[in-house]
Amino acid sequence: MMGRDTLRKWVNRWMLALTFASALIAMVPLFLIFFHILSHGIGAINLDFFTEMPKPVGETGGGFANAIAGSLVLLALACSVGLPIGIFGGIYLAEYGGRKTGEVVRFFSDLLNGTPSIVVGMFCYAILVKPMKHFSAAAGGAALGIIMIPTVLSTTETMLKMVPRSLREGALALGLPYWKTMSSIVLKSARAGILTGVLLAIARVAGETAPLLFTALGNQFWSLSLKEPIAALPLQIFTFAISPYEDWHNQAWAGATVLILMVLCLNVVSRFFMKNKLARGRS
Amino acid sequence: MKGDRIFEQASRMFAILLVVIVASIGFLLLKESLPAIRKFGWQFPFSSIWDPVAEVFGAWPFLYGTIVSSILALVIALPLSLGIAIFLAELAPPYLKAPVAFLTELLAAIPSVIYGLWGLFFLVPWLRTSVEPFLIKHFGFLPFFKGPPYGIGMLAAGLILAIMILPIISSISREVLQAVPNHQREAALALGATRWEATRMAVLRYGKAGLLGAVFLGLGRALGETMAVTMLIGNRPEVSLSLLAPGHTMASVIANEFAEASGPMHLSALMGVGLALFGTTMVVNAGARFLVWKVSGGRGEVRE
Repeated sequence: MMGRDTLRKWVNRWMLALTFASALIAMVPLFLIFFHILSHGIGAINLDFFTEMPKPVGETGGGFANAIAGSLVLLALACSVGLPIGIFGGIYLAEYGGRKTGEVVRFFSDLLNGTPSIVVGMFCYAILVKPMKHFSAAAGGAALGIIMIPTVLSTTETMLKMVPRSLREGALALGLPYWKTMSSIVLKSARAGILTGVLLAIARVAGETAPLLFTALGNQFWSLSLKEPIAALPLQIFTFAISPYEDWHNQAWAGATVLILMVLCLNVVSRFFMKNKLARGRS
Repeated sequence: MKGDRIFEQASRMFAILLVVIVASIGFLLLKESLPAIRKFGWQFPFSSIWDPVAEVFGAWPFLYGTIVSSILALVIALPLSLGIAIFLAELAPPYLKAPVAFLTELLAAIPSVIYGLWGLFFLVPWLRTSVEPFLIKHFGFLPFFKGPPYGIGMLAAGLILAIMILPIISSISREVLQAVPNHQREAALALGATRWEATRMAVLRYGKAGLLGAVFLGLGRALGETMAVTMLIGNRPEVSLSLLAPGHTMASVIANEFAEASGPMHLSALMGVGLALFGTTMVVNAGARFLVWKVSGGRGEVRE
């Protein structure tokens, strides 16, 4: 029997070591990706990258100014589509959503969360690009906005539910109407939490490329018009990465560095807020 | 009061708008793909001829590519993410728990196009020069490792997908494991089980349904992943048993051909592919929600 127990102990130790090893293995691609992106990208970033337009093939230099501006326009558009639906939807779920209707909305929100982003792009193509007969920034922004909804909605709901009942009751007891209680007391105290949800959603769509392929389309020139095709940072990284030109590859690395740093900052900041909020909500 | 009613109506309207949007995604995809479905009928999902010039469309190569690349990703990612989840939920000392969890979740924050860029310039050359020649030399007798080492192909796509779905599966599995009540572990340990035996018999078995849900969620992500796969899979509508051969997935064909579709029938066929993709991810995700929901006792605490 002694032998069997030794075997059990041995298996135990090995399996535990394996779980630790798998955590280590998962770190490998993370560090490799960061190392490769930053080591290629940092050198290629300079002031021109932010202020210059892309140069034609064969000329060195140039930058991503149009793509950065385009991404900002698209994100602003996405917010104007996604935030009202997400935030008001979250308010509805937290405040009015009865069991049945609430479940339905939550289910659809989960469905949307699992929907591939390229499918959302096809949807915006069908409702916006096709009738207008034109690829446009508006269609791209709408696609990103729809993708933002589930994240914003579920954080808003969670954060509102975390606001203590006593706060509402106090305000209502003072004679405030419900909507005023909501807008100036409850929403205000959940503000930081809702903002983290918004930041997370922005971080998610800032790197989205697939839904823009046939909505915003991309643009080699400077354009901020909502009716015209517009450039976007991830889209331009893609175009430059699959091109056969060495110069363009360098630009793609620089773009990737900017994008990854931006997305990470948004993520880290919002996670930090979220953790504080959740910790405070629990205690 | 009037203000109250307006406020309630407004929030209800936006909530309903969300439902309308999701429903019309499905409806519009169906409507736009009807011409192709009418013309090709049952041949559409099962024929492997995709010829935009002759206007003959069969989506089998894309269905096949999506299934194979996703399964490959699961096979690679599942043991690793389960290992991470067990490590984080059962073993890790507190000072390691937070940073390891944070770092794995960072993997989920990296945009898909950046995975594609990295894959194209580092993963693919590495596969071409080291991994694939090795596989061909030692396992070339298997049908999975036949053909020249392109680097680009099903294997590259599966690998990058594995990295991308790893954080999802591991973080949800970890939550599932953490939801397993402590008396399960204590009972097993009290009966003389080793740590691993307690985990295997009392914890993993208890959380089985939730773990399956986590796998489904990972699968759902892998099925619809577009950019990284498009950049690495080689984009050739062929069905090949070899993992080294280039392929195509539902998402990658849409990404490649949609903006430059050659005519209404081509567009309609692509919409049909999109409909299939939407339907598949919907079923997979609904299954995942159901399983995870069952574990969390209907409290809906475990969410992405």
